[in-house]
Amino acid sequence: MPHRSEFWNFLLGNLSLSVLPLHNTLEDRILQVTFVIVAFSGAVILGWVTVKRQWGYLWREWFTTVDHKKLGIMYMILATVMLLRGFADAIMMRSQQAIAFGSNMGYLPPEHYDQIFTAHGAIMIFFVAMAYIVGLMNYVMPLQIGARDVAFPFLNNLSFWLTVAGVMLFMVSLFVGSFSRAGWLGYPPVSEYQTGPGVDYYIWGLQLSGLGTLLTGINFVVTILKMRAPGMKLMKMPMFTWTSLCTSGLIVVTFPILTAALFLLSMDRYVGTHFFTNDLGGNVMMYINLIWIWGHPEVYILILPLFGVFSEIVATFSGKRLFGYSSMVYATASIMILSYLVWLHHFFTMGSGPDVNSFFALTTMMISIPTGVKIFNWLFTMYRGRVRFDVPMLWTMGFLFTFTIGGMTGVMLSVAPADFLLHNSLFLVAHFHNVIIGGVVFGAFAGINYWFPKAFGFRLDAFWGKVSFWCWQIGFWVAFGPLYILGLMGVTRRLSHFEDPSLQKWFIIAAFGAFLILLGIGAFLMQIYVSVRHRERYAVGHDPWGGRTLEWSTSSPPPAYNFAFTPVVRERDAWADMKEHGYKRPLEDFRPIHMPKNTGTGVYIGMLGFGFGFAMTWFIWWLAIACFVGMIAVAIGHTFHYHREETIPAEDINKFEHTGNWKPGVEGAAA
Amino acid sequence: MSHPTHSESAPGHDLHEEGMGEDHGSLRGYLTGFVLASILTIIPFWLVMGHVIESKPLTILLVLALAAVQIVVHMIYFLHLNTKSEHGWNMLAFIFTLVLVVIVLGASLWVMYNENANMMPMSPLYQQQHPVNGP
Amino acid sequence: MNTTAVDINAPGQPVFYTREEVHHNGTLLGFWIYLMSDLFIFASLFACNAVLGTNYAGGPTGSEVFDLPGLAVNTALLLVSSVTFGFAMLEMARKRKRAMLIWLGISGLLAAAFVGLEIHEFATMIAEGAGPQRSAFLSSFFTLVGTHGLHVTVGILWLTVLMVQIGRVGLTEANIRRLRCLSMFWHFLDLVWVGVFSYVYLVGVLR
Repeated sequence: MPHRSEFWNFLLGNLSLSVLPLHNTLEDRILQVTFVIVAFSGAVILGWVTVKRQWGYLWREWFTTVDHKKLGIMYMILATVMLLRGFADAIMMRSQQAIAFGSNMGYLPPEHYDQIFTAHGAIMIFFVAMAYIVGLMNYVMPLQIGARDVAFPFLNNLSFWLTVAGVMLFMVSLFVGSFSRAGWLGYPPVSEYQTGPGVDYYIWGLQLSGLGTLLTGINFVVTILKMRAPGMKLMKMPMFTWTSLCTSGLIVVTFPILTAALFLLSMDRYVGTHFFTNDLGGNVMMYINLIWIWGHPEVYILILPLFGVFSEIVATFSGKRLFGYSSMVYATASIMILSYLVWLHHFFTMGSGPDVNSFFALTTMMISIPTGVKIFNWLFTMYRGRVRFDVPMLWTMGFLFTFTIGGMTGVMLSVAPADFLLHNSLFLVAHFHNVIIGGVVFGAFAGINYWFPKAFGFRLDAFWGKVSFWCWQIGFWVAFGPLYILGLMGVTRRLSHFEDPSLQKWFIIAAFGAFLILLGIGAFLMQIYVSVRHRERYAVGHDPWGGRTLEWSTSSPPPAYNFAFTPVVRERDAWADMKEHGYKRPLEDFRPIHMPKNTGTGVYIGMLGFGFGFAMTWFIWWLAIACFVGMIAVAIGHTFHYHREETIPAEDINKFEHTGNWKPGVEGAAA
Repeated sequence: MSHPTHSESAPGHDLHEEGMGEDHGSLRGYLTGFVLASILTIIPFWLVMGHVIESKPLTILLVLALAAVQIVVHMIYFLHLNTKSEHGWNMLAFIFTLVLVVIVLGASLWVMYNENANMMPMSPLYQQQHPVNGP
Repeated sequence: MNTTAVDINAPGQPVFYTREEVHHNGTLLGFWIYLMSDLFIFASLFACNAVLGTNYAGGPTGSEVFDLPGLAVNTALLLVSSVTFGFAMLEMARKRKRAMLIWLGISGLLAAAFVGLEIHEFATMIAEGAGPQRSAFLSSFFTLVGTHGLHVTVGILWLTVLMVQIGRVGLTEANIRRLRCLSMFWHFLDLVWVGVFSYVYLVGVLR
């Protein structure tokens, strides 16, 4: 870095022009092209919003909203955008590995490749998978329990903006400085001694979004425990609500450990403490222990809500009650507890000895039992049902096939001696993609196809949905089947170059699979585009699938207040029960409803959080202090507003209840 | 673990919180808690500062046991934890947390002890401080 | 559903909705759950202290740097402030705002004294060369005790803000709720301190 005066060092910290990707290297050329594309599309979107004079609308109705439905939609959009980013990383890795053999070093130098696999993992878990499940829970769960909103609507908005702040830090790292090269969990000693801003971007991005997730968890637990409709006892809750409760509970008891582990890592990096250093008594393994105490429950946090999604879809599209509801609840609850007892299987090879390894191998095998119970429950729900193979059901079938195989390779990995061979290999990479794509991603798409008509009043196009499904389903196996084989042959993960040319064919096949998945993502975007473009053609009634739970009892899209009158629940599948017993919607005598007011506080705190994270990353201490104090001040200022509610007058409710989308039947246009 | 009842349900009480069994404690309750907590604090200090017991492990065990008792005292008399508040959800959440915290602490120690014992010792000094008996 | 309005609450018909507004305030439960999550941060730090607590790296040990009489004073300060906060809650239940504010002020001052003593302790240790960079033992000590102290500091800030708010708008339902949350926070920190003084300090000098 060129010499500059103390003043500039104070003002800019470690920032300088040299950290921008302006060098004449291939890496920087790639970044410049990316920047141009991002800047151009960003300018187009921003310009369009400006020309259409939509900033006020966006701010009032979306950014500042405390409505769980709008926040849910924003989470889904965020997740989809980040899916594109994360998948761009994936395609780069697959194409690099397909060509980088022998004398060909590929087009990605190792230090760039390392950033890509780190960003891919962290983004896919924290900002795609987590954002999808939080989005689905946000949108659906309050409707399913007959509530008007979540327990803490403002907190919900704040959670979203904290997540966005984390996303922004990750995205800025593309063009300002570099990203972490320490893998998605930032293992020391690599993360300890890696200079530059990468690991710090990673730490602060995850701290901000992790805080947001924790607040979401607390929010949802309280919502489910306190705000269920009268009569909805715990054992009458819809399955998706049950899984949301268990996931939120797990969030509450695990995310603080992630926060603590990252906090200690940042202490080592910033203050010079010796938690995870190699010298002066530090212990690297303590970080790995802590991060996996969070990390393993995290994968169940991801999958449980999707188990709920599949339960709802299987019951609806089989036209039956869910088979074995109570066993499903107990399976979910026992997964929740057991998931806290298996973390060591991520480091069997790191020297814990036979007794410790045996214990954790056994618990790991045990956790497949409740999961197996669930698989059988879904199969038995379909058995002798009139199964309709609409797009959500297709994703569910794909899930049952793919996830079960992924689960079985997981049991293989749980055998500690076998893990000594498979640890850190591409077999492991194939396994966790098998369960996360086969479970979480397929579940997210199933959920999107299932609840999209609820959120917008028109369904998604089935043709493009099927194209997307088959591209993903086939593409997945073409992409990851070879990785299983390579892993069994002993190829380790995270390599940017190979010597043995006999491996190349497998990597070429895998790259082909990744391009099939790319087509699947393209078809998904096309599906949304086509459906939105011709939305009147796809218009449906408020209960297009013949749903069984309360969210289908209200209009599509639902009004801001969800339900004009709080539902009273008598049976497990409340809406199916209401339909059976001749429920008639009340159409008069409406009362005013109090709803929380929108507020910009969440946006301010989130953006100040971004400023704080950015300043900490670049050692701009004055800015970090200013943003931190700003966050506290805005939060305190918010507590001085006591009147955060507004009233929806009875006339407005009356009007909506007569003009909303209450059409019955499957195809609104046809009905 | 239920706390002696207090005059929470006085007529005209205008805190219409719906959770049952919440209370602000009573003077008696706070003073009882204070006395118990003081005793449970003074004993471990005395044990350690006065070198009362020869055996260190026994002293450590006693100190930890007294801390556990004191935590229960705090829970009952200061935090008013009982099985009724919020329909028992407070208690359930606490028990759930307690079990998992015990897992985090206990299993971390177990795992890390074994890794220390099995892996290459780092230095002669380290070896001195961690006598290894091997598996 | 273009039928005319029917009173579905008529006898013989199942009830599917209620016209009554059901209000649930989840703040107290939510705050309790937050405290439970905070316990996991402390649990992680305790776990680090347990694992790393004897890694002195040739530096000072617990029995060399811990000032037990000072610790006793600190412990007493926090315990007394817990009780005085309880008195404030009793005054709150009796709607005696002034007395309540006085007890709150006393609790805040005691906690401030606690933080002051802790800062003094830290400064002394660092001056003696026993700073957090010296060894893993000291890293875990400073981080755990410091995190607790930071929580107490946040508690004091919150207390101050709440006293201003109660002074301005009185003991409204919202303020009472906040006070009860703060009360939980306050006692919770005392509870964590029991773990800190017992395990980190008292057991620390014996290890």
